[in-house]
Amino acid sequence: MSGLPPYASTGQRVWYYTFRVICGLIFFFLIAPIVVVIPLSFNAQDFFTFTPEMLRLDPEGFSLKHYRDFFTDSGWQAALWNSVRIAPVATILSVSLGTLAAIGLSQDHVPARRAIMAILISPMIVPLIISAAGMYFFFSRIGLQGSYWGVVLAHAALGIPFVIITVTATLVGFDRSLTRAAANMGADPVTTFFRVQMPLILPGVISGALFAFITSFDEVVVVLFVGSAGQKTLPWQMFLGLREQISPTILAVATILVVVSIALLTTVELLRRRSERLRGMSPS
Amino acid sequence: MSDMTDTGPVLAADGTPLKRSLARALRRQKMRALMLIAPLLLFILISFILPVGDMLYRSVQNDIVSKTLPNTVVALESWDANSGELPEEAVFAAMATDLKSAAAAKIHTKVGGRLNYENPGISSLFRKTGRKATKFDLEAGIVWKDELIDINDGWGDPDVWRTIQTYSSPITAGYFLNAIDMRVGPDGAESRPEEEQIYMNLLKRTLWMSMMITISCILLAYPVAWILANLPARQANLLMILVLLPFWTSLLVRTSAWKILLQQQGVINDILVWIGLVSDDARLVIINNQFGTIVAMTHILLPFMILPMYSVMQTIPVTYLRAAKSLGATDWTAFWRVYFPQTIPGIGAGSILVFILAIGYYITPALVGGTKGTFISNQIAFHISTSLNWGLAAALGAILLAVVLVLYWAYDRIVGIDNVKLG
Amino acid sequence: MKVMKTLAATTALTVAAGAVAAEDMANELTLVSWGGAYQASQNKAYVEPYLAMNPGLTVIWDESSAEAVAKLRAMDEAKNVTWDLVDAVASDSMRLCDEGLAEELDHNAVLAAAPDGTSATDDFGDLIVSDCFVPQIVYSTTFGYRTDMVGAEMPTSVCDIFDTTKFPGKRSLQKRPIDNVEWALYCDGVAKDEIYDTLGTDEGVARAFAKLDTIKSDVVWWTAGAETPQLLADGEVVFGSTFNGRLFSAIAEQNQPIGMLWDMQSFDLDGWIMPANLPADRKARALDFLKFATDTQRLADQAAYISYGPARASSAPLVGKHAELGIDMAPHMPTDPDNSGNIHVYDYEWWADNRDDLNAKFEAWLAK
Repeated sequence: MSGLPPYASTGQRVWYYTFRVICGLIFFFLIAPIVVVIPLSFNAQDFFTFTPEMLRLDPEGFSLKHYRDFFTDSGWQAALWNSVRIAPVATILSVSLGTLAAIGLSQDHVPARRAIMAILISPMIVPLIISAAGMYFFFSRIGLQGSYWGVVLAHAALGIPFVIITVTATLVGFDRSLTRAAANMGADPVTTFFRVQMPLILPGVISGALFAFITSFDEVVVVLFVGSAGQKTLPWQMFLGLREQISPTILAVATILVVVSIALLTTVELLRRRSERLRGMSPS
Repeated sequence: MSDMTDTGPVLAADGTPLKRSLARALRRQKMRALMLIAPLLLFILISFILPVGDMLYRSVQNDIVSKTLPNTVVALESWDANSGELPEEAVFAAMATDLKSAAAAKIHTKVGGRLNYENPGISSLFRKTGRKATKFDLEAGIVWKDELIDINDGWGDPDVWRTIQTYSSPITAGYFLNAIDMRVGPDGAESRPEEEQIYMNLLKRTLWMSMMITISCILLAYPVAWILANLPARQANLLMILVLLPFWTSLLVRTSAWKILLQQQGVINDILVWIGLVSDDARLVIINNQFGTIVAMTHILLPFMILPMYSVMQTIPVTYLRAAKSLGATDWTAFWRVYFPQTIPGIGAGSILVFILAIGYYITPALVGGTKGTFISNQIAFHISTSLNWGLAAALGAILLAVVLVLYWAYDRIVGIDNVKLG
Repeated sequence: MKVMKTLAATTALTVAAGAVAAEDMANELTLVSWGGAYQASQNKAYVEPYLAMNPGLTVIWDESSAEAVAKLRAMDEAKNVTWDLVDAVASDSMRLCDEGLAEELDHNAVLAAAPDGTSATDDFGDLIVSDCFVPQIVYSTTFGYRTDMVGAEMPTSVCDIFDTTKFPGKRSLQKRPIDNVEWALYCDGVAKDEIYDTLGTDEGVARAFAKLDTIKSDVVWWTAGAETPQLLADGEVVFGSTFNGRLFSAIAEQNQPIGMLWDMQSFDLDGWIMPANLPADRKARALDFLKFATDTQRLADQAAYISYGPARASSAPLVGKHAELGIDMAPHMPTDPDNSGNIHVYDYEWWADNRDDLNAKFEAWLAK
């Protein structure tokens, strides 16, 4: 489908290239903000502005001071550390509970399936500001407001719908006779789960985990309400950076995160290709 | 034997009737499924459903008036608000008693603040009277009607007493009326004057803009999803990184980046001026309005549209299109009659995701929306953290939630929530 | 026995006077402030010196002052107040005091007297707008303009904001009615002392909005103090209102081509409140810090880092030079006689009553 067949008419040819150009423009739209952010993070000034010096490519206009700021400022470092402490725990919580529940939901004859599904999906459909305010009042009452576990629980709840959706989707295509066969051959349910079912639904679990992680790592509304000074995460620090003092440090942070995520995504892709090669599969 | 097969139940291997045995197996299966779901269900109920319910209850909760002013509320019951006369002395005496104990507990300003939402000025009436209330001598036989009006002539306004009477019940519809631009007047519910109507227009605007965002997401995501689904895996995976990358960039950073791009001295305008499409003194206004919000939010939500579309398109065999063409269909007919209908579930799933997420956004509209491009969530946030009218925020939230739930319900009926796929 | 009794009595007296022994004070102090340059100035001027004097102490900063009232209310509902001192604007502190969420203080007993012996209440004067409030600084909301974009003639009056023929271009205003409606009425010819009487009527409100209507299409609305300096630096707006300290840092520290328009600057106060009913050890620590942080020298020191006027009369003569730039700070203070010729002092009481109502009308007007 991808290549242009040699017998294509002129009209088809024109359309083929126009279509590619359109797609290219949309991809550019997707990354345009990132393209803007990266050079500005080297700005020598404390504003989000392309200065005349920068446009002239004058070295005077560039500086690493915002990166220095990020690595030396205790506020930013504490925020980074908090994000690193909160997001993985919230992810583990939502992935473990969410995967179990998704497996339960995929069985036949689940009573009140629709209603249960609606409840489990609800953190995604309830507007964030309502969830945030509700958790804020309720967690205050039970003493969780402003605590590490309060933020972790809140973020785990927000991540769960993504896990449910992705894992349920992979389970739709799951052949149930495989678990029966395993049980037939004497495997107990736990072994069956970890040795047979888990490896097959792993892609769904991983992509659910990624969504859950990002939900927590980039979440600013709920943490602003539920957290206190001790749980100030990176997005919160960025929010303060925008509100109290516009400082390109947040652009430096964003650039660092973009570089890290490109590295991560590329590594994953390379590993995937390597395993395909090792298993002797042609790229699908 | 023969009579058993005619009338008796069919038996399972262990001798129990098959029907019962099957029922038991089914029950066990149901139990097992529920056991797997139970932990998460419990978790969501406690950490999410209860908090949201608690929040929504505030939209009708009004016990502050009857708790703070118990004697006044009882004494006011028999007063006819439409008479135009002030209530009798017993009501004033009850108010003096209530104010004295409320001022001692420092809660008189809270009730003043509550009533001030309905009738501006009551806040200071309670605050000013409260300062003297701790020294009230209830036994001295003072005529409280004269005394209170002497302290502040606000007490001589029947409208103040009408407000207290109207809002004395522990449950109120007042916040909801306010949220739909109405109020309780002397003759029941009435529309607010036009210069105070905000929320219904805002809700309409929120829905309309969310729809625009969803449509632009569909238009932009379709070609991208198609090319991702039809390129060889290696190239597709590399392009996928471009789709996922914005996901990994903080929402706040992306929004600020759009500000840099769209503002009048921004990158896009600079480029347009530089290539001569736009003159320097007629730079385009593409931020702090609806356009700015739609562009920035389309960008932020686009991956949520691309991923479900992509996963649906991946499952459509290429052979269908070839078959259609070999049967004589033109490119367009083959696409429109064969390929497109099969992608509708993907479009549906993406649309509902994008629409529901869009409707609840508030940070991005606040930063790039100016005055015309903000959403109802912005007002909710404003009432929660700035004006502190939590009841009104809850009522607005309840209305917004109801809209979302109707959408969700419709979607579940038409497409089924199981068919949503993310990547 | 008698000696013991006397001893006990004197100890009780010293405790009452506020001189609590160090071991009775909490070792943690949670301060709530605004973040950014302002919090940095507090940190340098009195938190760091105080930490040096009290080695075992840790200070936790919480940048939640913008949500102080909402968060304190929720903490109070939950009976779990984790803050020790909160930096709040005057109107918020009055609200908190009225609701019993902030502790009422005897200013002369808990605060240091001026070096010359003037009592704290006399030294702060009428800036103590509420019994719970200990003022730190006087700041103002005022306008900055791009000196290279306004044309040949620089603006001199706040009413130039409303003159789009003489000064075309966008202007940024805070997205709230406070200050804006007062400026609008003033520039529509209402005398300064009649502004609030006029605003009290429906016609007055309509008149203010009608005046604002004349520039509505040229306004960019801001909500966070950092926005106007950014908009001015980008050249997005020609004029912009913001806090005077923000403009100072854009002009003096960032060398932006921005000028200050002090006419009709709107004065406001910022200071400390202590949440009500703190446990004894935390309260003792908070009061000990409060006494140190609001003495004459400390408030003057703060002015070396940020251009906000110290709230004590006795601090004004001690205001020196900027800690890094070495420029004289006094002429950049909103309270400097050259800057405060024509000022606007907003009426806290009036706004407490009418804020909700005017906010609703303002939002409806914005949406039109």
